Amino acid sequence: MATAAHAPDHHDDHAPGFVSRWLFSTNHKDIGTLYIIFSLVAALVGVGLSLIMRLELMQPGLQFFSDGQMWNAYVSAHGLIMVFFVIMPALIGGFGNWFVPIMIGAPDMAFPRLNNISFWLLVPAFMLLTASLFVGGGAGAGWTIYPPLSDDTYQTGPAMDMALFSLHLAGASSILGAANFITTIFNMRAPGMTFHKMPLFVWSMLVTAFLLLLAVPVLGGAITMLITDRNFGTAFFDPAGGGDPVLFQHLFWFFGHPEVYIMILPGFGIVSHVISTFCKKPIFGYLGMAYAMVAIGVVGFIVWAHHMFQSGIDVDTRAYFMAATMVIAVPTGIKIFSWIATMWGGSMDLKTPMLFAIGFVFLFTVGGVTGVVLANAGITQVLHNTYYVVAHFHYVLSLGAVFTIYCGFYYWIGKMSGHQYPEFWGKVHFWLTFVGVNLTFFPMHFLGNQGMPRRYPDYPDALAGWNMVVSIGSFISVASFLLFFYVVYRTFKSPVNVVANPWGEGATTLEWQVSSPPPFHTFEELPHIR
Amino acid sequence: MPPGPNPDLTRRNRRTGAIAFAAVFGMIGVSFAAVPLYRVFCQVTGFNGTPVINSAASPGVANGTTMTVRFDANTNPGLPWDFAPEQRQVRLQLGEEGLAFYTAHNRAGTPVEGVAVYNVTPEVVGRYFHKTACFCFDSQTLAAGQKVDMPVSFWIDPKIADDPNTRDIRTITLSYTFYRTLADAERAGTLASAGPHVGRRETLTR
Repeated sequence: MATAAHAPDHHDDHAPGFVSRWLFSTNHKDIGTLYIIFSLVAALVGVGLSLIMRLELMQPGLQFFSDGQMWNAYVSAHGLIMVFFVIMPALIGGFGNWFVPIMIGAPDMAFPRLNNISFWLLVPAFMLLTASLFVGGGAGAGWTIYPPLSDDTYQTGPAMDMALFSLHLAGASSILGAANFITTIFNMRAPGMTFHKMPLFVWSMLVTAFLLLLAVPVLGGAITMLITDRNFGTAFFDPAGGGDPVLFQHLFWFFGHPEVYIMILPGFGIVSHVISTFCKKPIFGYLGMAYAMVAIGVVGFIVWAHHMFQSGIDVDTRAYFMAATMVIAVPTGIKIFSWIATMWGGSMDLKTPMLFAIGFVFLFTVGGVTGVVLANAGITQVLHNTYYVVAHFHYVLSLGAVFTIYCGFYYWIGKMSGHQYPEFWGKVHFWLTFVGVNLTFFPMHFLGNQGMPRRYPDYPDALAGWNMVVSIGSFISVASFLLFFYVVYRTFKSPVNVVANPWGEGATTLEWQVSSPPPFHTFEELPHIR
Repeated sequence: MPPGPNPDLTRRNRRTGAIAFAAVFGMIGVSFAAVPLYRVFCQVTGFNGTPVINSAASPGVANGTTMTVRFDANTNPGLPWDFAPEQRQVRLQLGEEGLAFYTAHNRAGTPVEGVAVYNVTPEVVGRYFHKTACFCFDSQTLAAGQKVDMPVSFWIDPKIADDPNTRDIRTITLSYTFYRTLADAERAGTLASAGPHVGRRETLTR
């Protein structure tokens, strides 16, 4: 597509010293790298917490946890870390920063210094959230931080305030990043790169950025009210002072539902590229794919109350939110079928990124189907707050979004570092992960159907069997995560020998036109898109 | 840095960025505006069983349909009152003015101020349930050991029989929850005094 290729010995290609390169970085590639490293570190903490939780749930009774508050604090920290400090930094900050400017032929992001602040706000946010675990009884209100559980009656001490402030910082980081992406994509596309020629990953980041821009401020407002309720005597959510706790749920889920699409849309973009590359075909139904993401983003804003079917909303409202929720299955189905149609008849090459992409399509569909089940207000009456819900959102996030992170990593690590990953160990990593996460999360459907509730450190003896299986699955998943670090180690031990385009004719986007790794500054002369 | 940034691009970037941040501040404003808007929305539509609060008298008996109104009372543990309805239920016709009493008894040795929140179930009947006078419209102060009767008068709009969503309903529950007012709780030093509440706390020593 592009005519301009850049030699790495360009006269401007001098990297600054370590401190100014990594601490004061304004280079989109370096910031992307920082985000990916940050995400891996945070994932170690998040995965570690889930391992402790599965050890506890391996048998009935309390083994490792002293009480329900400690359990809730771990559950909350696990959820918030995975959402705000693992998935979002890897997909949006990491791959987004790395490849959006390159794919649209821009020299960098529109606001490079803002980009630096976006990253460095995340670090204190993560430290605050992790530290909150060790302050008092921790912040044990779940990732949904509903009052009254999150108010000063039930979460005494500063731990909850630390978690809320952490969310403020992470939210500010996301908003700055989103404004940056929108500006970059709107104004800095290379000549000839019209919206309808933009790679799907760029489309996905554009929609994600809009969701962030409109949803995260509402979370910011809601948690500001929560902080003033806790510390400054207001009563936004306290009925004793005329407030309404259900209002918090509305505000939270007005943010929270777009948030789940924020986590998965960039993955949609990555998977589209990978499937197209390894089938050596352009993606089936490009425009449909792009506008399906736009549709998911738009409809995602008007379905929030399906998280509140048990919060006392009347039957007509439930009927609307149920129908609107199910409508989302239509654009999502368009995407799934287009991926399959791209694979259909393609000359498929089952390299590790492609394995993760196919795994994603399969597992995301499973999670999507249970999502349609849960969208039924009547069925949710039975299944709400059970492990069925836990299984559902882990299938779309832990198996969906995380698979796309791995997918993007294997697809682009050669491009980003110049070191190619070891194919054998990549495939071992895929299969170990695939077996581990399915063994972990599939039996949770059974546990949920049998009525095992979320957010308890204990359960009746009757549920011990599947819980043991789930815990063993989680150990395999943790092992596969550690194996990933071995893969990373092997990758960086290998010599730098990746050509500009290691994937061949299927890889058509602009990042494959520059060297691997790309020069410190790419596209100072804008490429021309035909 | 690219040599000589394009001033036109810089200007356009600043403009787009400014629009983006305006959207952010707009959404923050909307989230705070949601507080009064949500209250108004519930009052106007009767959403979530919010009854109609007005002083208009009932239009008189318009319809022979008899309804049962049941009374429910809850007391927040922070409020040292005994609060209960004097009658479990009353039967009245649509459009008829009803009157019921609750009793409240302050067990504390000091004056205590409480305020009640209320709604009706089924939630769809909120827009047809009119309260003409109620102790819940204002906060109530009970002297030490004082026991009072608290009246509520209400009527049910006969239009309830025309609405396909509500015409089968024959029983309505009127519910109250009494809280200590925040100002009084602050005076008494009982704000956020419930303390730890989950599981076996004694083993948690961190």
